[in-house]
Amino acid sequence: MRPFRYERANDVSGAVALLAGTPNGAFLGGGTNLVDLMRLDVARPELLVDVRRLTSDRIEELPDGRVRVGAAVPNSDLAADPLIRARYPAVSEALLSGASGQLRNLATTGGNLLQRTRCVYFQNVSTPCNKRDPGAGCSAIDGHHWDLAILGASEACVATHPSDLAVALVALDAVVLTEGADGERRIPITELHRLPDREPHRDTILQHGELITAVELPPLPWATRSRYRKVRDRASYAFALVSAVVVLDTADGVVRDVRIGLGGVAHRPWRALVAEQALRGGPATEERFRQAAEAELAAARPLPGNAFKVRLARNTLVRTLLDVNEGRR
Amino acid sequence: MVDVEVSLRVDGTDHRLTVDTRTSVLDALRERLGNTSPKKGCDHGQCGACTVLLDGRRVNSCLALAVAHDGATVVTAAGLAPAGQLHPMQACFIRHDAFQCGYCTPGQIVSAVAMLAEAAAGWPSAVTADGAGRGGGAVVLDDDEIRERMSGNLCRCAAYANIVPAVAEMARR
Repeated sequence: MRPFRYERANDVSGAVALLAGTPNGAFLGGGTNLVDLMRLDVARPELLVDVRRLTSDRIEELPDGRVRVGAAVPNSDLAADPLIRARYPAVSEALLSGASGQLRNLATTGGNLLQRTRCVYFQNVSTPCNKRDPGAGCSAIDGHHWDLAILGASEACVATHPSDLAVALVALDAVVLTEGADGERRIPITELHRLPDREPHRDTILQHGELITAVELPPLPWATRSRYRKVRDRASYAFALVSAVVVLDTADGVVRDVRIGLGGVAHRPWRALVAEQALRGGPATEERFRQAAEAELAAARPLPGNAFKVRLARNTLVRTLLDVNEGRR
Repeated sequence: MVDVEVSLRVDGTDHRLTVDTRTSVLDALRERLGNTSPKKGCDHGQCGACTVLLDGRRVNSCLALAVAHDGATVVTAAGLAPAGQLHPMQACFIRHDAFQCGYCTPGQIVSAVAMLAEAAAGWPSAVTADGAGRGGGAVVLDDDEIRERMSGNLCRCAAYANIVPAVAEMARR
């Protein structure tokens, strides 16, 4: 690991100022991804600004029914929180499907959203990667395709976003609160993460030195009917091949409203707006669920080695819709 | 090299030491303080051999920078019980022969002790039968729960067939 300076600030604005003056610096939260990437020589910050104690580690209900989660709340605390479990069970399920008990204890809410792809070519400095080294080329396109993207990829990058939590938050229309050199922002999480285009080194729209301070969940009474289903190569402690989150509101067998997110399929957590549109106002039947999933996945452009993920994503989404509709877990 | 001074309370003893900012809690324990109970398996947070209690929670000590945890309290498998005594979880592992080479065992034992506390506090897991959507009460730890909650500790000898019964016996107490 390369040498680096370590700093703490007294408050968020102090941390933002510290990093603003150091282009090659990074915020340190739980460190579960960043420290590993530094050890792999993928991340090479000359300065770490520790923000783990700076942002809130509390989960609080606001007077209008929103729930605000401080950026420093550990993943394990968020997953176990009674309010989150009762109102947004898919958030808890998404977190519990990821990492391990040890990692969830260290990892923070803000850091979870900003973790980097686990594309093996990104994590291996001996293989060219546009995300790690812009302009170097993409080794993954001609490589092992198993866990790569099927939606929204570009010639520059076919990596997927690894976060389970982000998929649930995208479906719930969460809002990310940030503070940077230009002040505070409220960013809909559906706009936080980018598609790769020609700049895959940029995972999000955040500016350098802009810190996530909290995540807000909107009041959504029917989010109690939500769940997260994750399909992976082994039963536990693995990243998703495909995952789906479904939030469903039905009455008399008709879909009144629905929110769908897909994970493991794209450079960002994927909001399935096409499928949602296809379902609203129609009958809540398996046939309609399958048609909606196929409509969403009509845009899929798989690589030769991951064509299976298109059918896997369809089946995972249909199964999750059925589970929520029938009250199964 | 950037040196910093940190304090760590390890298995009941206070230490003050100067470390490079790159030093993990694991390396501080093993290389600087001579506590070789936590093991370095992968050094990437994937195997769990380095698991310790950090301020009461199980974590991968290889991913925790010592400088970021200045003032922390660390408990390793060697410090779970008073010197010369076995923690009941250690006794369960011995009784069930829950290891072969033993390299992952300190991490397994620390993880299992913390996992029981998490379950007693009502923390759900990905396999909790009544669903993450329902709260409250301690969790009944059947074999599926134990395997899921211990999935962050790999055993390359694959002694899982004895580790699960060892943890299950402790969970029943």
